[in-house]
Amino acid sequence: MESQKAETLAPETRDQVTEAVAWAVSQEAPLEVAGRGSKRALGRPVQAAHSLDLSRLTGITLYEPEELVLSARAGTPLAEIEAVLEEKRQMLAFEPADLGPLLGGAAGAATLGGVLACNLSGPRRIKAGAARDHFLGLQAVSGRGELFKSGGRVVKNVTGYDLCKLLCGSYGTLAVMTDVTVKVLPRPEKTWTVLVTGLDDATALAAMTRALGSPHEVSGAAHLPAAQAAKSAVTYVTGAGTAVTALRLEGPDPSVEYRCAALRKELADLGATEELHSHNSLAFWQELRDVRPFVGQEGLAVWRISVAPSAGPGVVAAIGEGEAFYDWGGGLIWLALPAVGDAGAGEVRAAVAAAGGGHATLVRAPEALRAAEAVFQPQDAAKAMLSEKVKDGFDPKRVLNPGRMYAGI
Amino acid sequence: MQMPEPDQGVIDAKADIVTALRAIVPGEGVIVDAEELKAYETDGLTAYRQLPLIVVLPETTQQVSEVLKVCQARGVKVVPRGAGTSLSGGALPLADGIILGLGKFNRVLEIDFDNRCAVVQPGVTNLAITKAVEDQGFYYAPDPSSQIACTIGGNVAENSGGVHCLKYGLTTNNLLGLEMVLMDGTILRLGGKHLDAEGYDLLGIMTGSEGLLGVVTEVTVRLLKKPETARALLLGFPTNEQAGDAVAAIIAAGIIPGGMEMMDKPAIHAAEDFVHAGYPRDVEALLIVELDGPQAEVDYLIGEVSRICEENGAVTSRISENEEERMTFWAGRKAAFPAVGRISPDYYCMDGTIPRAQLPVVLRRMREFSEHYGLRVANVFHAGDGNLHPLILYDANKPGELEKAEDFGADILKLCVEVGGVLTGEHGVGVEKRDLMGAMFNETDLKQQQRVKCAFDPEALLNPGKVFPQLHRCAELGRMHISGGKLPFPDLPRF
Repeated sequence: MESQKAETLAPETRDQVTEAVAWAVSQEAPLEVAGRGSKRALGRPVQAAHSLDLSRLTGITLYEPEELVLSARAGTPLAEIEAVLEEKRQMLAFEPADLGPLLGGAAGAATLGGVLACNLSGPRRIKAGAARDHFLGLQAVSGRGELFKSGGRVVKNVTGYDLCKLLCGSYGTLAVMTDVTVKVLPRPEKTWTVLVTGLDDATALAAMTRALGSPHEVSGAAHLPAAQAAKSAVTYVTGAGTAVTALRLEGPDPSVEYRCAALRKELADLGATEELHSHNSLAFWQELRDVRPFVGQEGLAVWRISVAPSAGPGVVAAIGEGEAFYDWGGGLIWLALPAVGDAGAGEVRAAVAAAGGGHATLVRAPEALRAAEAVFQPQDAAKAMLSEKVKDGFDPKRVLNPGRMYAGI
Repeated sequence: MQMPEPDQGVIDAKADIVTALRAIVPGEGVIVDAEELKAYETDGLTAYRQLPLIVVLPETTQQVSEVLKVCQARGVKVVPRGAGTSLSGGALPLADGIILGLGKFNRVLEIDFDNRCAVVQPGVTNLAITKAVEDQGFYYAPDPSSQIACTIGGNVAENSGGVHCLKYGLTTNNLLGLEMVLMDGTILRLGGKHLDAEGYDLLGIMTGSEGLLGVVTEVTVRLLKKPETARALLLGFPTNEQAGDAVAAIIAAGIIPGGMEMMDKPAIHAAEDFVHAGYPRDVEALLIVELDGPQAEVDYLIGEVSRICEENGAVTSRISENEEERMTFWAGRKAAFPAVGRISPDYYCMDGTIPRAQLPVVLRRMREFSEHYGLRVANVFHAGDGNLHPLILYDANKPGELEKAEDFGADILKLCVEVGGVLTGEHGVGVEKRDLMGAMFNETDLKQQQRVKCAFDPEALLNPGKVFPQLHRCAELGRMHISGGKLPFPDLPRF
């Protein structure tokens, strides 16, 4: 070992990233890979000798609005990208969540690379797809210290394996992304939301299922039980004084107005309906995206559970305690449980298994708990072995975020 | 086309292998008769033919697993096959390999409207999925032109697209889960009815892996509700540039049409002569723009698109007033390949993708290539997403003409890469574009992809000879050359 001193390497270029990883390989010294660290508290604690800080690897390198494509260095702040897109009335359609505040940090600190590394998608996931579905191309440095590329800058591309998919959601454990290219889409002219009030979880599921099974192109379907609706900053939601089921409609003016009226009519037998318009509608979905109901609530661990939509309320009932709300038509459950013991892991894992499969991630918990409990859904032996072999192919010396997802990976 | 050197030992052991396979798949599920094997000697890329050693047609996942185990143990190569519609030779057999046909996996297992998904076996055709759910107003979005014949398992292997990709995505964006078998016989389930992966996105890497990573035995797809209505515009332009500008302007206006197709003059004429769709003959470029969604939205957007196209120089413009007329607009485009087949003894279909703005440049260069090789070319183009299908016209009976067509095609694909695009948008690399991979990827890129292959199939027995120009041994790929040791960039701040 050259030095026992913990180094923070902050490369400014692709070559420097390569150099830094090659150095770590030569020292057999693991690196904690991070952008601006806004999601450092998500995942298992990483035992790394040194840090690789990508916050200086910034800048939008290509933006062609009429080609619906944007490339940037991985450390570019998401806020900067969203501002540039906004100027051309475009957006990242997968609606990346800002989990900073939920994890006890500042808002607006995410980077594009970080969002992709964690495959973070918001309410529009059900219609527009996940972050991984918008990830077109990359350059990255593997744990072998080699710069490689995959994908391209066009949407339709089946040339070679789709390594973007593999790196998206790999939490920096396979390679260090230096340059990424994403698909961008036009921002909808209008965003309205139909609210149905006073529904219990099961009826809310029926309402969401009906809406998502309609031709009205619902781009968000969420349900907040009364206790969670009461925390909203949108007065129409808080003012309901009861549970709120929300269905988002986006598009050109005449279309949204028509669909809104039609959907209200189709759901009228289930409960009273209301509409949220422009500003309120945007604010509501942003709250939901960023898991605002659970921000600040210290002492509560937060689970993110993905199951078949129809299984959502059953999973919450089976766990039987905690505070919950639903997104993705019932398929995404945000659940807060006391951060003691295993933070309900036993009950959560059992409920997911009983629901026919899915996954639960312990998104927020004290470090000691995240070190002791499986943060990500435990995998069966076959999948765990395959994941380990994939890791071997990218990072045989385990120098990149070792253990962040699973022990040994 | 150089394929991996056949293993004489395997060929000599054919009788033994057949016995072992018959113990797993009884009766007519193991084919050895030369006449019957002939049905499997090629796929949609008919220029290449090879009789397989044996064809196996299992019926259960367990049989697939057992077959792969036997092959792994004996070092027998395996080529998985769906309906054999691949245009890139993805299912081209090997002289010392078995064809693993999934044709008997042809059942729709479950339709779950509440969760908006269907669970099907891989041999179910793409169109059959939509047929199974359309009475409830649902459909499966990706719609490759071969959808009447191609199977969903093949769609997963190739990450197939279609004309509605810009708005609704490719196969990879419409899958929820897979059951698959690794070369060593391990059965895996990836995903399910829920969204996203719990660990590495193995479903994502499987999709489009061209049968090199595993054999798909069950597929869960996302279903969408059919849009309330769809209407199409048929627009003629005096130049390709103007048509290209119109496409860019439509997207810049924030409109994502359900489909947006372009044809050049040779393609327009071939299609019109064939199906009489009423296409204008005196234009250089034809655009078909389809808008789908709620009636109110479609009516509004039809007006917008119509206005944008007029501003960009459209000289003819028709709007479909009913479903029959919309289908007529599409009839010519959908029949473009056979239409071109009528005017030439043979044609060779290419599949590059380019950044859309490069279209005029690419078409101009293509005309130069066309003169150079003395071969005609017609172009159909998924204009929304930049996926180009040049059809090179040739006559295989004229000595040397196939080779000329292939060289012409290679020049087009290299040009696609040169202008920022890719070698293949939806047909796959297969054997066809294998040796062009170096135009897009360097040795490090390709080796990193092959290390993924090593994780799934370390003996490289699954569909070898496809995708990668050179297969390295996994042991060699695993070696690391460690250098350095000096702390990097010492002059930068390190906090």
